[in-house]
Amino acid sequence: MQVSETYNDNVVRQFAIATVVWGIVGMAVGVLIAAQLAWPALNFDIPWLSYGRLRPLHTNAVIFAFGGSALIGTSFYVAQRTCHVRLFSDRLAAFVFWGWQAVILCAAITLPLGITQGKEYAELEWPIDLLIAIVWISYAIVFFGTIAKRRVKHIYVANWFYAAFIVTIAVLHIFNNLAIPVSLTKSYGIYSGVVDAMMQWWYGHNAVGFFLTAGFLGMMYYFVPKQAERPIYSYRLSVVHFWALISVYMWAGPHHLHYTSLPDWVQSIGAAFSILLLAPSWGGMINGIMTLSGAWGKLRTDPILKFMIVSLAFYGMSTFEGPMMSIKTVNALSHYTDWVIGHVHSGALGWVAMMTIGSMYSLIPRLFNRTQMYSIKLIDVHFWTSTIGVVLYITSMWIAGVMQGLMWRAFNSDGTLTYSFIESVKATHPFYLVRLLGGFLFLCGMLIMAYNVWKTVRGNSPVAAPVLLTNVAAANDGARP
Amino acid sequence: MSPLVSTIIAVVTSLNVLACAWLIWWTARRRPNEAAVGEVTDHVWDGDLRERNNPMPRWWLILFFLSILFCFVYFLLYPALGNYPGVLGWTNTGQYRQEMHAAREQYKPVYAAFAGRSVAELAKDRNALALGHSLFANNCTNCHGSDARGAVGFPNLTDNDWLYGGSPETITQTIEQGRSGVMPPLGAVLGPQGVDEVVAYVESLSGRSAPTAKVAAGAARFALCAGCHGPDGKGNQQIGAPNLTDDIWLYGGSDAAIRKTITEGRNGTMPSHAWLGEDRVRLLAAYVYSLSHSQ
Repeated sequence: MQVSETYNDNVVRQFAIATVVWGIVGMAVGVLIAAQLAWPALNFDIPWLSYGRLRPLHTNAVIFAFGGSALIGTSFYVAQRTCHVRLFSDRLAAFVFWGWQAVILCAAITLPLGITQGKEYAELEWPIDLLIAIVWISYAIVFFGTIAKRRVKHIYVANWFYAAFIVTIAVLHIFNNLAIPVSLTKSYGIYSGVVDAMMQWWYGHNAVGFFLTAGFLGMMYYFVPKQAERPIYSYRLSVVHFWALISVYMWAGPHHLHYTSLPDWVQSIGAAFSILLLAPSWGGMINGIMTLSGAWGKLRTDPILKFMIVSLAFYGMSTFEGPMMSIKTVNALSHYTDWVIGHVHSGALGWVAMMTIGSMYSLIPRLFNRTQMYSIKLIDVHFWTSTIGVVLYITSMWIAGVMQGLMWRAFNSDGTLTYSFIESVKATHPFYLVRLLGGFLFLCGMLIMAYNVWKTVRGNSPVAAPVLLTNVAAANDGARP
Repeated sequence: MSPLVSTIIAVVTSLNVLACAWLIWWTARRRPNEAAVGEVTDHVWDGDLRERNNPMPRWWLILFFLSILFCFVYFLLYPALGNYPGVLGWTNTGQYRQEMHAAREQYKPVYAAFAGRSVAELAKDRNALALGHSLFANNCTNCHGSDARGAVGFPNLTDNDWLYGGSPETITQTIEQGRSGVMPPLGAVLGPQGVDEVVAYVESLSGRSAPTAKVAAGAARFALCAGCHGPDGKGNQQIGAPNLTDDIWLYGGSDAAIRKTITEGRNGTMPSHAWLGEDRVRLLAAYVYSLSHSQ
């Protein structure tokens, strides 16, 4: 069978480059605010540079600009490759790219100006929320349209995860952001009090679960076997951990509200389902790491695989740490401390960013008609820079967090608190410096990546890749439950 | 919540946990014609992407089943399934009350040693002052500062200048019942020129130089202020009206700050600390009293 159909890699190229650019921007803002925590004078008394405004800019930039570009870009690539078909609509795909960039631009303008809904990870005001909803629904149409017109019978596992991510984020975004506008830049959420808190963390935790976990598992399920040139370890494991992960994650949000006015039974359910989440999470780690069985030697020579395997290791570690922190007695120590920040970054830097970086190093040469990146050596340098950076970051925040938790609950023999809050801040200062160094190293790694990518793509005219049809018949054969 | 809602919550919650066990069982079953264990299945995507037919790791399944079991034990022991309170009868507020009660009992002897002694007496007792200092660090420093020297809007407690009086009794009363100090906004009443003149007069009261004509005009207008601050501007501790003649300024003594105080008014609140209990309040009062009555 011969067709002249080609893959739409143009939009993937755009998203890939955007991923690198937004990664640098988002992490640079992170380094700045980490420095502000160590030296508060670095806000220069300029409102737009104050920590309270830049922190949401940092989180939005790394999660939605860097992570989002990586997820949308790779999902377009993976869906086409594993469905053996061109994207459902080129024009809509282009709209998704430019629409998403417009959202990022709006965020970069409004957040420093102090325009915010005050909802964590959902700070953007209602006009931008509407734009996000439109772009996201367009994204869903392109993705599911591509799945619908696939040339193979079975939907590849990576696409299940991307699909769960796309559907759930739409639901989360729309319901969490329901608000009554009072002006172009101000609205009031329709929820109040403890219901608002519950909605916020239903959204917040599932943003972690579906944006930062399910989506990146989709990325993992394509790029790890592709780079390792090995089959996925166990499809049974992928079936079980997929359905268990997406159903159990939905319930875990209340663990962010332990020991608050949230009703007891809701807190308990949050804690129990968080424990239940451990095994499904580890299912993804096992399937990724065991895919390398029989090819461990490649880890010596391929720094891209190193990124992916270390990423999976961090994923396993974070998803053990999370359930542990959801246990009320542990939470009583860890809540409100920098331990939480360490936990988030072992997931965000260790898992999300390193999987993205590995996948981009695997993807970008293919997109730009090269056999490999300009310099493998520089990928290795990047790998070690980031790994050391992450380790410095999370260990300093662990120590700081446990120390803060212990200081805050230390009592004198007369029942008064031993330390004032400011004493715990002072004690944290050295760890803020180590964290800053860790974050700075991670940013340096991204700059090395930018140079490597520049050298790889420069002066090259990509060739449109024809849709692969040779395996279509094989993939359609055979019964599978 | 209603019995119906409670039942729905209990059923849906349990079903989702049970569904995990069912999912494992259903997926683990061998199908006819499936690939041999450990072999690749016959699906291929994108040229070389395949999947192996490996069983789920046993240790992982054990972990999964244990966590499912954990959930049901937890649901049995703790409030989770709707209105069902759990075997242990545990609640957030219950745990709080229990811990607070235990702490009160534990520290009772510490405070009993100082019971029944007057504030003035305690203020001379080194041990009582150490305890008072700890209580002050926990409860007062957010506003008054760890050195008790206050901040803009929060009085300095070390200078023996008192809004409501510095006797042991009034200090105790202030801590126990709290205070609410209101300076009404006078911008509309006085008008811009009037504010100007009163600012000049108030500045002159503490010996600062101000244009004589304005001071005289301000003095004439001061009748409006005298109701609270007294005809001589020396304040009134009965209602917490500050003395304006001592160059001590609660909200700042700059020209702009005084102008703002007169124009827009001020609202100062010292919250009640009766919840600390009489013993602790007395020790706090002794500590505060000692700050301006050193031995």
